[in-house]
Formats: sequence, structure tokens, C-alpha cells
Amino acid sequence: MARARTPTPAPARSARTDARAGGAGHQAPGRRRRPVRRRRPGRLRRIGLPYLLLLPALLFELLVHLVPMVVGVFISFKSLTQLYLTQWLHTPWAGLGNYRVVVDFNGAIGQALLHSFVVTCAFTAIAVGLSWLLGCAAAILAQDSFRGRGLLRAIFLTPYALPAYTSVITWAFMFQYNNGLINYVLHNELGITSSPTFWLLGDNSFIALVTVSVWRNWPFAFLVVMAGLQSIPREFYEAAAIDGAGVWQKIRLITMPSLRPVNQVLVLVLFLWTFNDFTTPYVLFGNGAPPPADVISIHIYNASFLTWNFGEGSAMSVLLLLFLLVISGGYLLFTSRRRDA
Amino acid sequence: MRRPSTIAILATSVIAAAAVAGCSSSASTSASGNASAGAGTTITYWASDQGSSIADDYTVLNPELAKFTRQTGIKVKLEVIGWADLLNRITAATTSGQGPDVVNIGNTWSASLQATGALLPWSSQNFSAIGGESKFVSSAVGSTGAAGKPPAAVPLYSVAYALYYNKALFQQAGIAGPPATWADLIADGKKLTHGSVYGLALEAGSIPENIHNAFIFAQQHGCSFFSPSGAPTYTLPGCVAGVQQFVNLMGTDKIVSPGDAEYDQNQSITDFADGKAGMLMWQAAGANLKAHGMATSQYGIAPVPVQSGVPGQGTNVDSMVAGINIAIFKNTHNLTASEKFVQFMTSPAEQTILSKEYGSIPPVSAAQQNPAFNTPELSVLKNVLATSAVAMPQVAGESQFEQLVGTAVKNLFADAVSGPVSTQTVEQQLASAQSQTTG
Repeated sequence: MARARTPTPAPARSARTDARAGGAGHQAPGRRRRPVRRRRPGRLRRIGLPYLLLLPALLFELLVHLVPMVVGVFISFKSLTQLYLTQWLHTPWAGLGNYRVVVDFNGAIGQALLHSFVVTCAFTAIAVGLSWLLGCAAAILAQDSFRGRGLLRAIFLTPYALPAYTSVITWAFMFQYNNGLINYVLHNELGITSSPTFWLLGDNSFIALVTVSVWRNWPFAFLVVMAGLQSIPREFYEAAAIDGAGVWQKIRLITMPSLRPVNQVLVLVLFLWTFNDFTTPYVLFGNGAPPPADVISIHIYNASFLTWNFGEGSAMSVLLLLFLLVISGGYLLFTSRRRDA
Repeated sequence: MRRPSTIAILATSVIAAAAVAGCSSSASTSASGNASAGAGTTITYWASDQGSSIADDYTVLNPELAKFTRQTGIKVKLEVIGWADLLNRITAATTSGQGPDVVNIGNTWSASLQATGALLPWSSQNFSAIGGESKFVSSAVGSTGAAGKPPAAVPLYSVAYALYYNKALFQQAGIAGPPATWADLIADGKKLTHGSVYGLALEAGSIPENIHNAFIFAQQHGCSFFSPSGAPTYTLPGCVAGVQQFVNLMGTDKIVSPGDAEYDQNQSITDFADGKAGMLMWQAAGANLKAHGMATSQYGIAPVPVQSGVPGQGTNVDSMVAGINIAIFKNTHNLTASEKFVQFMTSPAEQTILSKEYGSIPPVSAAQQNPAFNTPELSVLKNVLATSAVAMPQVAGESQFEQLVGTAVKNLFADAVSGPVSTQTVEQQLASAQSQTTG
């Protein structure tokens, strides 16, 4: 391989030397222009090659992500309902009509969206907080080697490795009122509750949703923090130990500051995943999520696909996209500034 | 040396892009390539899940489709689609224009899908290609689209709601026969309810089941959820009273297990078959009960109760016209072949075979005469369809109504688990549902 490659630069170099040598025999203006003209393809090639190599990926990215997003924005300005499905491109323009309905918090649709937004924010804050806390705690506790650590790590990662649908439907069975495992243990066996509890209906559905979400996401936090911990030099802890630092001081003064870049990305990713999570609530509750657990992904799905109002559904999606963009951008800006300081 | 490699890379990218763009165009040419109908044509058929499983549907349908191919030379590419996906698949096919040729639809969707313009209107000319409108039972044709417009589909299988009751449990409780009115049903239900056994099993977490029952209860209170012009009227007193009466079978009368509020996977059938509930309201449950090990001799069938008197029309209806319709996608390139297929599926011979398999009633008069449909269960269902069933609202907003009111009733059951549901609560839920409707 190496041998085959070596000859290639040689002719190229000689071609360039030729150009220079040839150029030397001409007049000044030509001399200045020619090397530029003859070099341009080379530079273009050098600059253009990475873009060319990226082009297929870029095309697919456009096709898979950007085009649907643009179509979504387009639909949000149309009054697309079932009546126009066959010629959806010719749907009449709605202007800002869909947005007006969706953010009219005195109207039923806007009110329902606001409620769903508040539920989603509360759900995300609690679920991300708990996932991060559990993941961090487990990673720090499993940092020092002990017998069975490898096995324990593998077990911790299981929820993350299981297919989402399978694990969530198992949770749905466990949460059932009549025959669910959770009521069986809490009520029948331990007698903690005086009567069986409805976990999938009413206010408890929020608790069920947070539980499953944390169960699914904390292993990811665990994995990322565990990787982050490997990069903290042991000497720091040894030096701190000599200075008489306790466990908490080590965590607070060494571990956490060192993990900051890792945590910054981790929390953002967890936030985006949880806020947008569709599988967990959909598999847990089906089409009609109970109001206390009516998170925004399900809400938009219902608005679009079950009541066939794609214009309003798209307007909600675009608002969600803008919100997440602002939050993500603001978060990155804030955290990177803090790091600079 | 370098220039060709740059060109090669460029060319590769262009080819890759062309390949991506080509995906859709190649699909459309292959579809339009079959313009001529008749032997050698292949049509695509999306069937709904009618059997005990999707695999079961393939077992039932494949031999019949093979028969069709032998008769006509037309091949049928079958895909059985589960109920959870069917409407979304049809919607997607409508948008892209890349649908199947023939499709099964839930008959309550007829008017909504008709409004999209995706389905072939059954004008008298199209009807004559499959043997004329008169071959169908008229109650079934009433559920094929909005009044005054050519139907968007033709009936394929018919079913109706009936009351199934456990004979042994009735005997133990000293109940002589099935209840005829709701007051009787509640009284019987209270006699049956003790320990872990309840009077009635309801699929109270299921949006389709809730909407069907809510509709019947509202009809019995003289309300149909829509004005004659098709505008939603969810909050009229009759609708509120009907929905309240329905959910309070659990909330006030306590003859339904609170756990039923979570049911949406046919658990109520299982409970009934296991003897955990004395009664069940279901559409043609016979085949399902058999699958759960309940013999025909163990249960009786009666019409669903009414407020007073006997089932009939007006406020004495006791079932919706339930069933499956078969439709042709308007942009099919195989119209003649598709019509031949619909004619085959709605021929008396096939209707007899298929309805026997699925435990439904053939909506084709000639097939309905077959003695196979005179079992005790099907006789009751046939009679209900003929005398006391009413079509769900045939308006464009029907699918929206199913979702919004179905969810409202589901939420009301979540309240009913802890006690009686007030008129005000029902009114609020229905008002909230109605305010989310859009034209």
C-alpha cells in the first residue's frame, strides 16, 4: 500500500515545478496570473474533496431530517385536514391561523396544549433529575473495584439494552390494577396500601410514567458518567486524601468539577430524549393518555393523526421545535460561558 | 491522475442521489405498468384483522384468494393490517397516492374517508359491475358514507352488539332470564356481584368500545351527537344523560369491576369467559369466547337492554350497525380487476364461507338465508341488525368524534372507579371534547 501511494505525489510535484519553470519564461502579468489559474483546481480539489465525500451523507441527512422538518413547517401554515388529504399540496393557506388557535390559551385547544406542556416540563425535570442522580451515584459507587463489579455493571445496563417497546409493555402489565405485580406486592403481600392502586389512571399515571422513564434512562447516565470517571487522574484523589479530604469533599471538589463537560452533554441529551419521548407514554397508555400524564409528544400525535388536523398538529410541532432549539442553544451558551469563566 | 478521481467521486455522488430520488419514481412506474385489467394483473388488497390473530386471517383468506386467481387469472397481493395501524396506513396511502387497490375499512370510518376523496364512489354504474346495490341488506348499506352521496364502500361483514350472559352464574343467582331493560340489568348485576365476581364486564379503557356504547346510550336518550347538518352537539342533555348512565354502571351501580377502567386488550372477554363477570356486551363474541375455552352451551345471548319496552327504532335502538366495508382506492390503475375482486368477495358463496369463518353475518341477502347463520347467536344478531340497530353518524367529523368522545368517556371511567360521576363532570368532559373539534 505504502509503496503504491508514494509515486503519486511525485508527478504532482513535478507538474507544479514545470508550471513554475514554464512561467518563469513569460512576462510579468502572465506570470502572476498563470500560477493562480493553474493552482485553482488543485486547491478546489483539496478544499472540495471533504465536501464531496460528505455529499452522500449530506443528501441523506437532508432527505431524512431536513426535508420532513421543512414540510412540517410548510404544513403548519396550511389548513390541512382530512378534506385535503388527496391533494395536500393544494390545501388553502391558513397564514398564522393554526398558530393563533394553538397559542390561544383561552381556547380549548390552546389550553389543552398548555396543560400538556406544563405536564411535560414537570415530567422532564423530575425524570432527568432522578436519572442523572441515580446514574451518577451508581457510577461513583462502582468506581472502586470490588468483587462482582463487572456483573453489577452489566445488570445496571440491562434496561438500556432492552428494546423500548418490550420493556415498557412489561411495565404496563406490572402496573395493572387487577393482576399487576406492583399491586400484588404492595397490597396483597406487604399490605402497604389498604386497597389496590390504579397506576395507569388518574394522578398516579404521572408517577408510573416517571418511574418507567427513569428506569429506562438512568443506565445511560450511569454509562456516560462511568466513562467520564475513567479520565480523572488517581493522583488527584491521592493528593486530596493526604490533605485529609473526606469522601464528600472528594466528590464535591474533584469528581464533580472534572465531570462538568461530561454532565453538560449528558443532561442536555437526557433532557431532549425525555421531553420528546413518545414510546414510553404511548406504550404505557395507548391513544388516550390520562390528563395527568398527557405529555406533549402524545398530545401532538393525537391532534394530528387521530383528529386529522395536520395543520394544527404541525403548528404545535414547530413550536415544540423552536422551544427545544431555544432551550438547547441557551443551555449550551450558558454552560460554555460558565466554563470559560 | 487526480482529475478522473474527482470526477469519479462526483459521479458516485450523483448516482447515489439519483438512486435516492429514483426510489419513488420506480414504484410509480411499476404500478402504472398494469393498466390493462384481467388475467395476469396483480392487485393489492389490505385486509383488516378479523380473525383471532393476523396469522389466522392469512390462513382464512389465502385459499379464497387462490380460488379468485384460478377463476379470473388476477393475482391478489394480500396484506393483513392490525386495527391499530389500519387507519394510519390508509391516511398515509391517501396522502402519497401510493395505496393498495382494494382495502377493508371499519364501516364507521366511511364518511370520514369519503370526505378525503381517496375512495372510489360507488355510483350506480360501479355498483352494477359487482351485481347492483340491491344485493346488499339495506341496513348495512346505511353505513357506507354520508347521506345523499354515492357510497364510499360496500358492506363486507356485518355484526351487531348483543348481551352475552353466563347461564351458570345466572342460575346460581336465581335469575330466570336475560334482562330486557337497564333497570333489570342493574338489578341482575347486583345479584351477580359478590367477591371477585361482577355483574357486567366492560372494556372501559378502550376508545372504540366506549364510543360505541356511549352512542347507543345517547341514542336511547334521543341524542345522536350531531345535528342533521353534521355539526357536533356533544353537550345536548340527551347525550350527557346517556354517557352518564353508561359510566355510572361502574360509578353508582357498582356492577362493573373498577379494574375494567384499564381494559383495552379484550380483557373483558377473558373475564366473562373465566366466570369473573356474569354479563358482557360485545359484537359477535362467539368465536372469541370459544378461543377462551367457553362452550356455546355455557352462555346465552339476548339483545342489549333498552330503557323500557322492546328494542326497535328511535330511542329503543340497542346496537350500532357494526361491520367492515370493502372499498376501492380511487387512484387504482386496475379498476376492472378491483371491481371483479369486490364482486368475488361479496358473492353469496364467498360471503357464506368468510362470514362462517369470522362469526359475522353476511350483509348480502342471498348469503344471509343460509342455514349456517341461524345459530342462536347469529339469529339474535341478525334480528338486531334488521330491527333495532342504527348506523353511527355518517358525517365527515366521525373519526374525530370517535377519538375525542371516546377519550372523554375513558377519562370519565377513571373518575367512576372512585364513585358516582356527576352530570356536571360529564358535561365538562363532553364540552371540552366538543371545543376541540375543528371543521
